[in-house]
Amino acid sequence: MYIQSTEIIDTFAEAFKMCAARMVITAENEKWASAAGRSVTGFATSVIGCKCEAGVEARLAADETPDGRPGISVLLFGFSPDGIGKRLVERIGQCVMTCPTTACFNGLDGGEMVVVGGKLRYFGDGYQASKLVGDRRLWRIPVMEGEFLIDESFGVQPAVGGGNILILGRDARSTLEAAEAAAEAMRIPGVILPFPDGIVRSGSKPGSKYKELPASTNDAYCPSLRGAAPKTALPEDVRCVLEIVIDGLTEAAVRESMRRGIRAAAREGIVQISAGNYGGNLGQFKIRLNELVQGAAAA
Amino acid sequence: MKLRLHTTPEVPLEAEVISPDALQGLSESEAALLPIYHGNRKVGLGEFFEISGRVDESEGVVEVEGDLSRVKLIGHSMSAGRLVIHGSVGAHLGASMKGGEIHVSGDAADWVGREMSGGRIVIQGNAGHMVGSAVRGSSAGVQGGEIIIHGNALNEVGNGMRRGLIAVGGNTHDFTGVNMLAGTIVVLGRLGMRPGAGMVRGSIVAMERTECLPTFTYNSTIQPDFIRFYLFHLRKLGMSIKDEFINGQYERWSGDSLELNKGEILMYAG
Repeated sequence: MYIQSTEIIDTFAEAFKMCAARMVITAENEKWASAAGRSVTGFATSVIGCKCEAGVEARLAADETPDGRPGISVLLFGFSPDGIGKRLVERIGQCVMTCPTTACFNGLDGGEMVVVGGKLRYFGDGYQASKLVGDRRLWRIPVMEGEFLIDESFGVQPAVGGGNILILGRDARSTLEAAEAAAEAMRIPGVILPFPDGIVRSGSKPGSKYKELPASTNDAYCPSLRGAAPKTALPEDVRCVLEIVIDGLTEAAVRESMRRGIRAAAREGIVQISAGNYGGNLGQFKIRLNELVQGAAAA
Repeated sequence: MKLRLHTTPEVPLEAEVISPDALQGLSESEAALLPIYHGNRKVGLGEFFEISGRVDESEGVVEVEGDLSRVKLIGHSMSAGRLVIHGSVGAHLGASMKGGEIHVSGDAADWVGREMSGGRIVIQGNAGHMVGSAVRGSSAGVQGGEIIIHGNALNEVGNGMRRGLIAVGGNTHDFTGVNMLAGTIVVLGRLGMRPGAGMVRGSIVAMERTECLPTFTYNSTIQPDFIRFYLFHLRKLGMSIKDEFINGQYERWSGDSLELNKGEILMYAG
């Protein structure tokens, strides 16, 4: 299948069952909400190396937040509610509570609740105070600047991680431009792209010749190893590959994000668009690229 | 189901049975036999009220009409449904309430929502003394839920309050939050004398300055985010909240130092 001159490989992205939480971080202005967002999503690209994956989902206007201030929503993914609870305590405690003027609220309705503010409150050393509004308990933690307001508990819901597309281009510049366009198109509600500005150059395969490593470079997609690796997945004219990884609250959101990404990336200079999988043996979700493109055409 | 007061009582009626819980599933004739007290005399609900319809199972709405200023204990121990009162109502409205919502289009007498633990009471007019309070001799008042008074309230709002929210759109009289254990009182007007006397924990927020007791200490003038959160919540519930209150600074006074000194009075400072 082709979109313009770009071939859409008949393969599938293999995605996994994960869990996710949503933080709504507000601040005095967008600058400080964004600062907290950058900090809390730092070093959260891959659950393998970072214990979680996180990214900014959306910027929120003042009338979309619980306290009427500008904010952002952040999604954080992990493999269990317990693990997500630990990551939230670490990251909110170190990256949001420390950031001037911020407050942090649970952004999911329902799901399994994990205690976050109820643990961070001890930073208040006995001067913390709780507020109960309906069924929602908030903690006010006194800090040097004023108070940090945070929900006691955050919801964790089932989610999908590891959706992906691979963009195979003729040169680095055109591949990067296509990946940038794709990443821009793929940012929809309910998904994040956890790598730097959404794009990853060091896609991995499971395992390594070094037994300590759980993952290593995806040699089949490295142009510089075309003749050295046991096999290559690259056509002759491909000199650069970039990947976009997608985590979403639902499979539908991941699929829609991928569909938009394929459409945006397909262009002159992009030879193929493919996806990473493990033969269908590891992930619970198989998202076929052709189905996404055909679905869009049918729509 | 609709109830209309057809005979004005000479002395107060005690009508705990006027609540969706008690009336659910009853026919008009069955409801008319429910016992109420006219003074010390036990009578049927039908002796004073004309009853029509049934309580619908999905929403549990009961509407009450007439001059109910002498009808006490309406919505007592109510746990679900919606009670709509067209006009003014007597004392002890929603006492020991656990859930559901009561809406009064007129005024309410004393003891609104005393010792309630859940649900919401909305009074469009004014309320009397002891809103959300503990009864005399009891250690704790409101233990949860929300009381929204759009008008004014008199003395001892939130006496012994332990949890929940009381919001007053106008002014309150003396001893607002007296002996408060925790919870939040928001007064969009002025507090009367001696607010927070004997309070242990909890927050009293007011939009006009009032002299605090000597056992309260000024901390600082700050912009606590939780006030914004509460004011937005109240705005969503239909209270008229000025933007300057949402974005404003508040003087924080901590007290009562005769107790734990962990309570606070926050007064709008512009």
